Amino acid sequence: MGRYVVRRLLQMIPVFVGATLLIFLMVHVMGDPIAGLCGERECDPATAARLRGEFGLDQPVWRQYLTYMGNVLTGDFGTAFNGQPVTELMGTAFPVTIRLTLVAIVLEIVIGITLGVVTGLRRGRPVDTSVLLLTLVVISVPTFVTGLLIQLLLGVTWGWIKPSVSAEAPLGELIVPGLVLASVSLAYVTRLTRTSLAENRRSDYVRTAIAKGLPRRRVVTRHLLRNSLIPVVTFIGTDIGALMGGAIVTERIFNIHGVGYQLYQGILRQNTQTVVGFVTVLVLVFLVANLLVDLLYAVLDPRIRYA
Amino acid sequence: MRTATYATRAVCAAAVVLAGTACGGGTGDSGAVLSSSWGDPPNPLEPANTNEVQGGKVLDMIFRGLKRYHPETGEAEDMLAERIETSDSRNFRVTVKDGWTFSNGEKVTARSFVDAWNYGASLRNNQRNAYFFSYIDGYDKVHPEGGRQTADTLSGLKVTGERTFTVRLNQTFSTFPETLGYPAFAPLPRLFFDDHGAWLKKPVGNGPYLVQNYTRGSQMSLRAWDGYPGHDKARNGGVDLKVYTDNNTAYTDLMAGNLDLVDDIPAAQLKNVETDLGDRYINTPAGIIQTLAFPFYDRNWGKDGMEKVRTGLSKAIDRDQITETIFRSTRTPATDWTSPVLGEDGGYREGLCGDACRYDPDAAKRLIEEGGGLPGGQVKITYNADTGSHKQWVDAVCNSINNALGDDRACVGSPVGTFADFRNQITDRKMPGPFRAGWQMDYPLIQNFLQPLYYTNGSSNDGRWSDRKFDDLVDRANAETDTGKAVDFFRQAEEVLRDDMAAIPLWYQNGSAGYSERLSGVRLNPFSVPVYEQIKVG
Repeated sequence: MGRYVVRRLLQMIPVFVGATLLIFLMVHVMGDPIAGLCGERECDPATAARLRGEFGLDQPVWRQYLTYMGNVLTGDFGTAFNGQPVTELMGTAFPVTIRLTLVAIVLEIVIGITLGVVTGLRRGRPVDTSVLLLTLVVISVPTFVTGLLIQLLLGVTWGWIKPSVSAEAPLGELIVPGLVLASVSLAYVTRLTRTSLAENRRSDYVRTAIAKGLPRRRVVTRHLLRNSLIPVVTFIGTDIGALMGGAIVTERIFNIHGVGYQLYQGILRQNTQTVVGFVTVLVLVFLVANLLVDLLYAVLDPRIRYA
Repeated sequence: MRTATYATRAVCAAAVVLAGTACGGGTGDSGAVLSSSWGDPPNPLEPANTNEVQGGKVLDMIFRGLKRYHPETGEAEDMLAERIETSDSRNFRVTVKDGWTFSNGEKVTARSFVDAWNYGASLRNNQRNAYFFSYIDGYDKVHPEGGRQTADTLSGLKVTGERTFTVRLNQTFSTFPETLGYPAFAPLPRLFFDDHGAWLKKPVGNGPYLVQNYTRGSQMSLRAWDGYPGHDKARNGGVDLKVYTDNNTAYTDLMAGNLDLVDDIPAAQLKNVETDLGDRYINTPAGIIQTLAFPFYDRNWGKDGMEKVRTGLSKAIDRDQITETIFRSTRTPATDWTSPVLGEDGGYREGLCGDACRYDPDAAKRLIEEGGGLPGGQVKITYNADTGSHKQWVDAVCNSINNALGDDRACVGSPVGTFADFRNQITDRKMPGPFRAGWQMDYPLIQNFLQPLYYTNGSSNDGRWSDRKFDDLVDRANAETDTGKAVDFFRQAEEVLRDDMAAIPLWYQNGSAGYSERLSGVRLNPFSVPVYEQIKVG
């Protein structure tokens, strides 16, 4: 187990370097960002040269990258064009996005698995058909449509919620955006659980458990669900990273000042330091989440052993 | 807590309905705070470093300079200036009014100005607006085009007393005092220099508002400053500026009663705005003009005879139809190269462009043929696709041109991903054809609409157009001490511009805003910024 974790952690290093290098090059290809800082006029050459020097943009790319990586290892993620250190931006953005992601994941697990179990156990019944239809609708409608519609209905027409989330982004205000963010994944979780459950219901160990005379509840929760959740856990685990990085649309609709907002602004302003910094952290989150998922397998299925 | 506020609101609403009285102490509660939409300023929030509206909004609330532009007429009026005297339009003697302080109690003196201007001009401070000080003597020493600066302060600025200082310019510039209402010329307190980091976290100025709380990237809370000595005291308790990533969300918030003022109505909502808001929607002219510039460095576009093609293109654009259908009359077809906010006396002349800006497809086709046709048979209009609704109008302009010329491929739009990249291509002189050019005035003077944009090597002369006659006329206008005569010279220069069609004027842009029922007295100034201190709440 320990050796396995160490090996996985070591594998992260090349992935990490490769990902940051790619992002670094991509932002670099977009061109010189300084020209955008002076509005509809040409930056005076002396100031532009000084700004370039300050942000290290006068160096060749490979040196820029090496300097940047060197700084990152010491915890310095550089400065955004508005003079704010990127770590400060992360300090305000990540807590908000993490809260939003948590809300989304919890909703995904609670609603998604419940619906999956209900439909999986009642295959072919009206409940099953209607939930299936509903998930199909959710999956086929783009998130921004769902988001804008819910915002307009709940926020303006009925006045149940505030259409936008305030600067502090308390948990209560994040429930609706979290639901919008989770909606598509939620539908997938429902379908995945349903299929997996329906498949395993006919397996030998379930028949044995029933034959032993175990109560139905115990058969479902301890035997059936535990084995059926492996693909679902994989999906949710990889979804954590996707939700954090993919919150751009939802964050924009509900005016949440999280990671998506900072990334969007960073890309528009071609701010390498912001974009690379945030993406680097997202890559790390993704890698760690994947590792946790793999370790969870062993917990769910004792047959899986890591050496 | 939240239920409590909802309950009070409900009670208030009921009271209003039943008794016909407003809640919270009659009309114009001077202690009430309003909320307003905001965008995150891209540059550090310093007077000489702010070159866009969002940062400018804050500076306008927390700073007062020597002059201030009248919110309605745009005229430069004395604010902190008691007198600005000159006999030769080159040496100015400034006397600062007595009794002004910064909100932290420090007196505003001549030194507050001189130190601030020296800071703004100095190369080592990386101020984006440093060129505003380039008319002052000694600028080339503190801000050389290349190499190290050889002086720390401008030799043209001298403090001569507690409240007096002199300015010596490196050329005659008769309207120089009128430029001093620009935020870059604001005075700065010692705190700015002694503890710069603290100042940036919580800016201190001398305006009607003071910053109570600033969370960068999300919100700034400004409160009325009780000790403000000026005559334009705030009529409300304060303003909460909230950052919105998307102005559609701000508009939705306004509709839901979650926000009081939106000063940029999203293009998608323009068709509903009048039914949604009625008379709480304002649409007033602002000092912004949109044009199409040409790459004069490209021989295909710059050679003699091409003025006919450029004029032809101008005549092929149906401005009336585009401003009505796409912009829902938030733009007005342009008939000169300035802006209506200048007024006739200030240099605006309706119809100066004349025939050359009138839609006439037949004449357009003829002129373009006479001029030798479009270079390469096709025009590409380059624009940045990341902000504004540029794609829609560029496509409409191209449509109009294609229809006029009877050729589906005569004009195509060519989008560039980001504004920075767009500016880069302009700076590197890589524009293949006409491109989007917009100009928001820095100060309401005709000089500001002509010199930076069309004077040889002007700071915003993106097309690199150059004409000796035009330059001469601008020089003569600047040297003229009589404003009326100066404006005449500027107008003559504008005629030179027209005859060569150095840039196609498209339309004047309006400022638009919508506000909640709680507010009254909302108005936009000529810079399309709400005049916050005049807004009444309740």
